[in-house]
Amino acid sequence: MLQPRWLPYLLIAPSVAFLAAFFLIPLGQTILLSFDGGQGFSLANYARMAGDLNFPTALRNTFALVAVVIPLQVALALVMGLMLQRMTRGRELVLWIWTIPLGVSDLAAGLVWLAILQDSGYLNTLLFQIGVISGPTAYLNSEAPVALFFAVVLAEIWRATAIVLIILVAGIQIIPKEFGEAADIFGASPWTKFRKITLPLLKPSLQSALILRTVLAFEVFAVVYALGGRNFPIIVGEAYTWQNENQNYGVAAAYAVLVMVISLTATIIYLKALRVDPETQG
Amino acid sequence: MSAPRKWLYVTGVLALCAWVLVPIYLIGLGAMGGRLAVFKWPKSFAPGDAGFAALATFLKIEGVWNAALNSLIAASLTMLFSILLGAPAGYALARFAFRGQSAFRLLVLLTRAFPLAILALPLTVIFIRVGLYDTPFGVSLIHTALALPFAALVTSSLFMGIPREYEEAAWVFGCTRWQAFRKVVLPLALPGIAAAAIFAFVISWNEVFAASVLTVRERTLTAYLLTVLSESPLHYRFAGGFILIIPSVLFIFAVRKYLFAMWGVSSK
Repeated sequence: MLQPRWLPYLLIAPSVAFLAAFFLIPLGQTILLSFDGGQGFSLANYARMAGDLNFPTALRNTFALVAVVIPLQVALALVMGLMLQRMTRGRELVLWIWTIPLGVSDLAAGLVWLAILQDSGYLNTLLFQIGVISGPTAYLNSEAPVALFFAVVLAEIWRATAIVLIILVAGIQIIPKEFGEAADIFGASPWTKFRKITLPLLKPSLQSALILRTVLAFEVFAVVYALGGRNFPIIVGEAYTWQNENQNYGVAAAYAVLVMVISLTATIIYLKALRVDPETQG
Repeated sequence: MSAPRKWLYVTGVLALCAWVLVPIYLIGLGAMGGRLAVFKWPKSFAPGDAGFAALATFLKIEGVWNAALNSLIAASLTMLFSILLGAPAGYALARFAFRGQSAFRLLVLLTRAFPLAILALPLTVIFIRVGLYDTPFGVSLIHTALALPFAALVTSSLFMGIPREYEEAAWVFGCTRWQAFRKVVLPLALPGIAAAAIFAFVISWNEVFAASVLTVRERTLTAYLLTVLSESPLHYRFAGGFILIIPSVLFIFAVRKYLFAMWGVSSK
């Protein structure tokens, strides 16, 4: 029989080696590449990135998306989670339907909303039939950046609320029933119960949902491309353009480092702001 | 619940179901309607007559089959690698207390706080050099980096759910550690491992950025759709989107029992 002392190391060795090769090394290389100006260390790539015409717009668009999408998603997922909690019949079916978007790619989600929001699409047909508009109207072009913004918001909320829902429902499930029962005895209203029991005990789940969603939201890319092409610049889209169309790997790497710095900062902020006390952990 | 509140509640649940399902129905209409339905105004909300013929036309376009095949290969390899590498790590996390365990956990969690697909950028240079560029195998490697941490955490929670005593009983009856694992633990863990594998498949099947950066001719379906997006007619885009969605819906149905075990635990 194998010696248990080194057995665990043998078991984790393959995944450690793999993550080193495809996570840690490329991570280091991205950082090196972004500071490589041809002859040694240089900030030329960053200067070129910051000086690009699309850069301020891309930055603003990305942050605006995160700021609008995430609070709406968390609120919606909380409502859905509480609805599921009191559901007696059909819970399985409803849960499956609500989690379908979890398997839908961002590209497909963008195309779904393109079918609805394009000039002669289903939304316009509906608006035409109730007499609001008189013919096909365009929303998804560079003349209407606000409409395009809300199209992306809709698609992102449609696609990615499911993951928040699952993390929150998993969190709600481990809250002991006795807490709610005790609150009932003391005559607490549903709103008080939600604020004083559910929400505080849900903090660890909220924290992981927020971190995961925020990191992914800063990576938003294919939804935007499907809906508006390059009419709505975003950070990762710019990285893709610099890499694939301009063939400038240095500036693309600078964009990648920017995304990583933003993601890490957001993660640290959530960890600090939603500090989880050890005693409330399940 | 009082009657009006109950009514409000039921309406809310149904409205949220419609919010998920109606858009899928509509892209289905767009995909099945063909060229004529796309330019029709006002649109009809009922299924047209083109049906599967329109989807079949889409699949005959140069490159679509090849792209779908590449997606399938990349996703299958991702599934295989992330389970083969991730499940042993999950078992180690579940059964042993060892030095460096928390460092390993940190490494796994760290991968989730990073936009991993972005790391495909420096890999292009290396992949070109070693001949992995523009192959489904190369794509599957970066997709495995996305799915592996998840597979390790999920399988670790699965193994934790199987009592250690079962294994110990098998040892007493003369099984080796490996035999005990294969005959006692594995059969119990298999459905959950299958669910985790399906999830790795979906992660790869849906990924756009890394696949687009790492391929030129041997595109995956998502990468193919992304590159032809601006020049292809609308009904082709809808057909492509619809074809991307169908497997995902089925997969989520297949793993629905394990969704919480997976995400609930892996999010800790």
